Amino acid sequence: MDSFLQQVVNAVSLGAIYSLFALGYALVFSILGVLNLAHSAVFMTGAFFGLLLVDKLDQPLWIAAPLAMIAAGAVSVLLEFVAFRPLRRRGAARMSQLISSIGAALLIVNLAQLAFKPLWGGTEAYFPQGLVPDQPIVIEALSLRIVPIRMIILVIALALVVALQYLVMRTRIGQQMRAVAFNQRTAALLGVNVGRVYVLTFFLAGLLGGAAGMLYGLVFLNVTPFIGDDVALVGLTAIVLGGLGSINGALVGGFLVAAIQTFSIAIGGSSYKNAVVFGLLFVLLLARPQGLFGQSESTRA
Amino acid sequence: MDALIQALVDILRPLGITEPVLQFMLVNAILGVSIYLTLYTGMFSLANAGFMAIGAYAGVAATQFIELPLWLGLIVGMAVAGLISLPIGLPVLRLKDIYLAIATIGFGEVVIILLLNFDEIISSVATALQGERVRIRLLEGARGIKGIPKSTETWMLFAFLALLMFLLWRLHKSRLGRAMAAIREDERAAANMGINVVYVKNVVFVMSAVVAASAGVFSAHLTRIISPGAYGFDKAVDILSFAVLGGTSTWVGPIVGGLAMGALPEVLRFLNELRGVFIGLILLGVILFLPGGLVNPAGVRLLFRRARRALRRRADAAERSSHAAP
Repeated sequence: MDSFLQQVVNAVSLGAIYSLFALGYALVFSILGVLNLAHSAVFMTGAFFGLLLVDKLDQPLWIAAPLAMIAAGAVSVLLEFVAFRPLRRRGAARMSQLISSIGAALLIVNLAQLAFKPLWGGTEAYFPQGLVPDQPIVIEALSLRIVPIRMIILVIALALVVALQYLVMRTRIGQQMRAVAFNQRTAALLGVNVGRVYVLTFFLAGLLGGAAGMLYGLVFLNVTPFIGDDVALVGLTAIVLGGLGSINGALVGGFLVAAIQTFSIAIGGSSYKNAVVFGLLFVLLLARPQGLFGQSESTRA
Repeated sequence: MDALIQALVDILRPLGITEPVLQFMLVNAILGVSIYLTLYTGMFSLANAGFMAIGAYAGVAATQFIELPLWLGLIVGMAVAGLISLPIGLPVLRLKDIYLAIATIGFGEVVIILLLNFDEIISSVATALQGERVRIRLLEGARGIKGIPKSTETWMLFAFLALLMFLLWRLHKSRLGRAMAAIREDERAAANMGINVVYVKNVVFVMSAVVAASAGVFSAHLTRIISPGAYGFDKAVDILSFAVLGGTSTWVGPIVGGLAMGALPEVLRFLNELRGVFIGLILLGVILFLPGGLVNPAGVRLLFRRARRALRRRADAAERSSHAAP
């Protein structure tokens, strides 16, 4: 078994990806009060476009990654226009928005599956070897093996998170987002363009989700149309842990889930990692539906 | 009875519906009833696939390991699911909409994981008890149980569905049925009127679980192989799509939705690889353009009215432009 420190390092880099992904869920939930179950499909689109750009269009990574993020953001915005806006206009129940997002997720994943076949001749494709430095750095004194990409991921993820925090807390548009999250009607009366805030929220969520997908693909190198399934419930657990709609909560939740997964693999074997996560999700929902750091409904976001 | 079914299959054959497809459709209809019960009470539970899995495994355990006849297996499957649903429902049903949905998704995943690792868990318990290494292979993990005899007959499914429909019809005339509708409309008002909300919700949850389990037992003895993977989140979404497509304003809706979702891929055989796209489109399209589902008199009327109005507007515009032209 790896040393405790090694487990911590692994958990932190995995947690960075989970947090990025969960932030997308949390952003949309905090502003709209709706769970976007198609967010895992957006995650997949990030990895998909990244792979497409790198493998088929021969773009260097520093061009491919931002473009993949923007593409995922665009898909996310498309979701808002197709699956959420019409229902909101009609004043439909939140549940029907949840269902339409499930439908949209199915659609996206299956379309990706259709695209995978002619592109890569199956449902599995790989980032080229050696694209990212994969020689682990060994620190003998601490018996640590650090794969550089994992550290790069951590840095990128943290940078994105800081940027998001700045955007939400310090800028005018962030102020508008918080106003809409607090009360849509009041915000509209005060001259906030609510529709634009929604679009921006979905774009940001897609950007982060796409980045998470791309990074996930780079860590494990392989991409399938179904990689969203790996994180869909994990991300849900993360935001439930942190309190639905709390952005900081989603961050902490992502790292917590990664830690729980990593350590339950170390202790009980890989087949139980998700059992522990979902068991925890279950218990937590019953004991504290507002999450570990959750606030009451009226002050979320 | 057999002659009748044969005649029905002959009628449906031009559509591409053979007897196995018909059986599959009927199982779907039973699942539709299962999700209808909870939705009708205003509970957004996605636990049906999990209970279907429990029913399937318990039923198969009864018919294969103890060699009971199918009808006893059916009872065992339903009873086990009912017994499990009670301690699950009691705490979980305090949650509402999104929280309930997430918790029940979590439940489904835990069921799958436990089924996947069942042999290992049992083996390690036995090892600990006996002090020596024991390997037990019962559920075969991800590979699933194979070679289950195909003992479900079409008439059984018809009979069971008919029984369910009769019970639903009676339920809506009963005190419980009225209480269910009241809780859906306004939980607090229902409680104030003296309805025991916790009791009703739990009863409905158990009923839904039992019905889902029966579908599990039937389908296990149709497909001849069961594996945990077949009862995951995708299955839960499938079952949800029955209710969405059919609509939940009447109990006919989810049954029709289940039948239709079973038949459509066969009728539209040429879709083949596009099946998933198709299910996604249906979920999305129906919820956007036909909010009440297929079986929803009010919604259909509204749609017609809207279409007529749009036509009239276009006619008006055409007339106006023809006046303006010269």
